[in-house]
Formats: sequence, C-alpha cells, structure tokens
Amino acid sequence: MDGAPHNQAGGRDIAASLSNASVKFGTFTALSEISLEIGAGEFWTILGPSGCGKSTMLRLVSDLVPPAIGAVEILGKTTEQARLAREFAFVFQDATLLPWRSALKNVELPLEMGRKRGLAIPRGDRTPLELLELVGLKGREDAMPHELSGGMRQRVAIARALVCQPKLLLMDEPFGALDEMTRDRLNMQLLEIWRETGVTCLFVTHSIPEAVLLGQKVLMLRAHPGRVKEVVEIDLPEPRHVELRETPEFNRYSSYLRKSLEDC
Amino acid sequence: MAVTESLPDASAAETETEVEIESRTASLLTSRLSNAALPVGTAIVLLMIWQIGVRFFEVPTYIAPAPTDVGAVLRDEFPLLMRNFWPTFTVSIVGFLAGNIAAILIAVAFVHSRMAERAFFPIAVFINTIPILAVAPILVLIFGPGLIAKVVIAGLICFFPTLVNMVRGLQSVSPQTLELARILSASKSEVFWKIRLPSSLPFLFSALKIAATTCVIGAIVSEWIGADVGLGALIIDSTFNYRSPLLYATVFMSSGLSVLLFASVTITEKLVVRW
Repeated sequence: MDGAPHNQAGGRDIAASLSNASVKFGTFTALSEISLEIGAGEFWTILGPSGCGKSTMLRLVSDLVPPAIGAVEILGKTTEQARLAREFAFVFQDATLLPWRSALKNVELPLEMGRKRGLAIPRGDRTPLELLELVGLKGREDAMPHELSGGMRQRVAIARALVCQPKLLLMDEPFGALDEMTRDRLNMQLLEIWRETGVTCLFVTHSIPEAVLLGQKVLMLRAHPGRVKEVVEIDLPEPRHVELRETPEFNRYSSYLRKSLEDC
Repeated sequence: MAVTESLPDASAAETETEVEIESRTASLLTSRLSNAALPVGTAIVLLMIWQIGVRFFEVPTYIAPAPTDVGAVLRDEFPLLMRNFWPTFTVSIVGFLAGNIAAILIAVAFVHSRMAERAFFPIAVFINTIPILAVAPILVLIFGPGLIAKVVIAGLICFFPTLVNMVRGLQSVSPQTLELARILSASKSEVFWKIRLPSSLPFLFSALKIAATTCVIGAIVSEWIGADVGLGALIIDSTFNYRSPLLYATVFMSSGLSVLLFASVTITEKLVVRW
C-alpha cells in the first residue's frame, strides 16, 4: 500500500446528501434544517458541543431515525433502500460484539442477518478472514471478545462494518473510550483502510486533533437546535500521519476549530 | 512508508498481554483446589464434635443419632434408600423440566407481547406468593395421588424464578446491539435466535441453579401427602416410627439429590456459556 488515494473524490459523485432535513423527538428539535452534500470517497469528521445532534445525524443517515421534514439520500437512494442494500455500515462507540461469538464469527454476523427477509446480501471482495488481517488481527480470529483488549474489539467492529463492502462508513466516536496510544494507532489504520477501499467516511468525534488529523472536511455543528455552523476544509498533505500534529498548519486548524467550538 | 511499518509492532504488543491471561487461568485451578481443603476440613471437625458430643452427653439415638449411626444405616439400608431415591429423582427431573420449559415459553411470550405480560404477570406473582406447602394438598386433590400432582408441585416451585430471570435475560440486549440489528435489517426471528436468546443464557442458568435445588423440595413436599414411595414418604415414615438414623440418612440422600442436580446444571452452564 503506498497510500495513493484510490477514492474518486472528484467532487461531483455524491455519497450522501441531506436537504433541509430536521429531526424531532416529540417537541424537542434535535437537528434543524441540515443541508449537506458529502462527496464519494471523502472523509468527513463531525465536531460540535455536547447535545448538538452529532450522533443523531449519523442515525438520520443510517435510517435509525426518520427526518421530520426534509430528505436524506444515499447514492441516489432513500435511506431505507440503502440500508436494505447494505450501502452503509455503522461503527458504534462501544464495539457491540456478541460475546458468545469469536472474532471471526462476529465479522460474519452481517452475512447471516437479513437472510430471512430474502435480502441479497452483498459480499465484499475480501473474506471475513482477510478483513481481520486488514485490521491487524491475523491469528486472533478464534479469540472470544472477552479475550481481546478494547482496541482489538473495536478493530473487530471495523472489520465487521467492512464485510459487506459498504460505500459509506458511519462512525460514532469509535475510539472515544480508548487510550491515547491505541487511538493514534487505530486512527492511522483507519486512514489506511479508507485510502485502500475508497469508502466514504462520516466520523463523529469529541477531539479536535482527531477531527483535524482524519478529516478532509470538518463539519462543525451548533447546539439547541443542532444546525450546521460551518464546514472547514482541512488542506494537509496526504497521506496523513500522527507527526502532522506538531506542524504549524495543523495547530492553525486546531486553534481555529477550538475558537469556532467556543462560540457555538 | 512510516504508516504501515508502525502497525505490526503495535499488534504484537497487544498479543503479549493475551498470553499472560492464559497462564493466569492455570494457576487459578491450583488455588481453587487448595481453597476446597478448608471447608472440607471444617466439615470433618464439625462431624467429630457432633459424634463426641452425642456420646459424651448420652443423647438417646431417637433424639439425635451419632454420625456413625447414620453411616451404618446408610450402609445397611442402602437398597431401601435407593428404592425411595429413584421416584423422587424422577419427580424432581420431570418437574424441573416442566416448570422451566413453561417459564421459558411464557417469558418469550411476555417479551413479544406487552399485553400478555400486563395480563399475566400479576397472576404469576400471586401464584408465587402462595406457600408451596399450602397449595400442595389442593393439587393432590385436583390431580390425584399419581405422578402428575407431584410433577406439578415440583414444577410450580421452579417456575417463578426462571420466569423472572428469563424475561430479564431476553431484555438484556443493549440498545446499540438492537440498532446494529436494525442497520443489518434483521428480522424479528433473527434478532430472537441470534441475539436475544444467547444473551439470556447467563440469566437462565442462574435461575436453573435455583430450580435445581428447589425442585427437590417440591418433590419431597409432594411425597408427604399420601405417597407410599419416595424420599418424602420415607421422611414421614421414619419420623413417626422414631427411626432417627434412617430419617437422617434420608435427609442426607435428599441433599445428595439436590447437589447432583445443581452440579449437573453448573457443568452444563460451563459447557454452554463460554463467555
């Protein structure tokens, strides 16, 4: 892998688009009038104060919550059609592995689910075993989740998300509960997977450095109700590496975003 | 490229900690064996105090037999004890199966229909509040002195703990796991068989361990009422005839039956719940 961007970011292929979408829970407005176009192959990170609807936005895109008004499209399909076609996958903050299944069996779970509905479940180019190798867990495929560290569990979750070769990867603070070192490692691994597979990423985080390090674009949300504050393009050299964090450009982006977050 | 080079090192470091975990389980086994020595030693000492106390104070055998008297009866009357052991064993096992299967099926119904839960759960609680000793004669009147009444009594005593635990177990799936199932467009039956049911197993087994001992209580109580065989009948018979050593031996057999069932459930749990 030489890190050449395989993604056809070109600009005009749209992976996901939200037009004027709002989400309401009863009388509470979680997201208000979100309009966005996420280009295919792009890496977006989502930042914002607590309660600004970052997670709700991922749940809106993944058909877990419906828009009260407005519309969401994924690759020209409705979110439901995209869900049934396995166009997107979700990685949660908690690895949500099934504790009675081995690492490999957990990765295979998406291939077993939905069969009863007669869904044509797409199989990716990579076998579950190859995916475990891709996330650096070669030889650990028979390990049970309780035998794996937090970082390893999260890597199994990423392999599981990739098993149907989704076009869109939705990640809700996937590394939030991990220590700094593990987090750095997984960030780099994620970027490598992104470059190699060309998958579009939507990555929610609390950490400004993580948002800058990973994102080509940082979506800043504002709270009460959740709205788009701004989209900041991060123009840093590819491929990204953790050392980038010590460069002045990186710090410029970080301090800009910190100020932006403060007046949310 | 620096990115790819840093990765293998990282995963090697994490694998090392896994090896440590494995070596720890081996030393755990030896420490468990030495832990067993203490309670076994204590039991032997208590039996010796009992033996010496009974002989020293010259307590009549019909009031409190010495452990050696009980041991002698266990040896001499073993065929009689076994003749009465098997009926109780059968009632316990069949009652255990009937009570728990009924509880599991009703728990599944409760989880799928809130209506069913709201309609029947208070009734289940009410039935549970009736002492088994009070309800046993009623059941014998209804079902007659045969096997059915005994099985119903043994099953009834298992039923409630399993029902409550099984409902909790089936509902113990985390919201995120259910979201995952929804993203995977899983059907209701897939969620049940692949997620809810395995999630409930640790809860089910903790209920089955309770049931393994209570079903024996149920079986013995059922044999107190008009039965002529079984450990329960033998308890009544030896009490009224002042055959205390036989009574103690019967009690010993009863608790042996409980231990046997409890151990079977525990071993099954170890084989099934491996997480």
